[in-house]
Amino acid sequence: MPMPERMARNDARGARACRIELRSLAYDVAGTRLIDVPALTLRPTGTTVVMGPNGAGKSLLLRLMHGLIPPSSGEILVGGRPLSPEQCKAQALVFQKPVLLRRSVAANIDFVLKARGKDRSRCRDLLDRVDLGSLADRPARRLSGGEQQRLAIARALATEPDTLFLDEPTASLDPESVQAIEGIVAAAARDGVRIIFVTHDVQQARRLAEDVVFLSSGRVAEEASADAFFNGPETKVARAYLSGHLDRLVET
Amino acid sequence: MQQIGEAIGLAIGLLLAADADLLEIVTLSLYVSLSATSIACVLGLPLGAILAVTRFPGRGPVLVLINALMGLPPVVVGLIVYLHLSRSGPLGFLGLLYTPTAMIVAQTILIAPIVVALSRQVLEDLHLEYAEQFRSLALSARQIIQALLWDGRFALFTVALAGFGRAVAEVGAVMIVGGNIDHLTRVMTTAITLETSRGNLPLALALGIVLLALAMAVTAAVHGLRAGTAGHADA
Repeated sequence: MPMPERMARNDARGARACRIELRSLAYDVAGTRLIDVPALTLRPTGTTVVMGPNGAGKSLLLRLMHGLIPPSSGEILVGGRPLSPEQCKAQALVFQKPVLLRRSVAANIDFVLKARGKDRSRCRDLLDRVDLGSLADRPARRLSGGEQQRLAIARALATEPDTLFLDEPTASLDPESVQAIEGIVAAAARDGVRIIFVTHDVQQARRLAEDVVFLSSGRVAEEASADAFFNGPETKVARAYLSGHLDRLVET
Repeated sequence: MQQIGEAIGLAIGLLLAADADLLEIVTLSLYVSLSATSIACVLGLPLGAILAVTRFPGRGPVLVLINALMGLPPVVVGLIVYLHLSRSGPLGFLGLLYTPTAMIVAQTILIAPIVVALSRQVLEDLHLEYAEQFRSLALSARQIIQALLWDGRFALFTVALAGFGRAVAEVGAVMIVGGNIDHLTRVMTTAITLETSRGNLPLALALGIVLLALAMAVTAAVHGLRAGTAGHADA
């Protein structure tokens, strides 16, 4: 979507539409509480980075907010209303490991445009945005890891989401691919797409975040603006994580 | 050994001479079995896809039943179709008994469970890989089924081949509902049965070799098609 159109749409729908509120949210598996968030309100615009060590519940939280799994209790409000299938359509999720259809690069985008009733002539533009225009006819599954992830992001953007969730999209990619993906995500954010980005790469979080949600053992240990979080984390666990000495905290 | 050598020579001779009777039998065999395979795929592939992506009470027993039906004995299918199409049967007024159409009906019933059961398994495995991505894209069940059928097309070619192989090789059902009438319902397998009963083993063997070659040619054609269209997929 051209930028002016995107911004106009964003203005029309209003930032309120992207405000995500979690109320007494819990997710249990076999009697174990994996997510426990009494209250959390994500600001309606910009880029939020969700951080935390492995097993903190980052991916699980993303799946709950995107409606892929139902919470055991509590509720998720988007724009003040409970998360509905219709609202889920205004969100998109990019997985850590992209699952691409067994088709050409262009056909992967066209499939989503057609399924969502979007303008199918945007295919080329979307591929150009992620620098895959020259590979449009290639089999998608024969692309490199970085190219596959860029295609997955283009496919997510094809749905014209208000909110784009990214679940560690640069894990196991080389620095060049990481840079390319961060550029695409930043451009989407400038176009008015609300970004919620999961990573455990502190440097990447510093580059992207406007605010940070830090998870530990399924709970929100800290929620702050990026400046406040990186310059003066309030909790012991966040300080240990940022200094790279989480293991010492666990030992003590 | 002498008979086999004689049979191979006879088969080559029949093919080279483009024997009219042989061509008629081969053509009818292909017509009946390819028609049955096409109908079974048109009905069976979407049903297999529906079973792959949906969950409903009683799904388990339905899958067990369909898997069991893969082993349907051709003579039993032939007998059931015969009873329905015979003059005193409920569909006797159609006048289809001892026609190629009756043979197509019987073979379709025989191979449809194979197409449904195998496609269900293939597409369920594929859906396991795609399910979360499809949910994330908020696709409808219809869109999911269409996507699975397209993305699983190469594996489904093999499913169709399995159905065709079963159809072209069976003799019991087409014998009962077709009657093996010369120039009307005689196909390769019924012709082989007839020639064997007549003691004309070289001709029966020659027909068997032609049947084998036919099945291999169809398989090769499907694989050729698959190789030719695999450029846009990682199958």
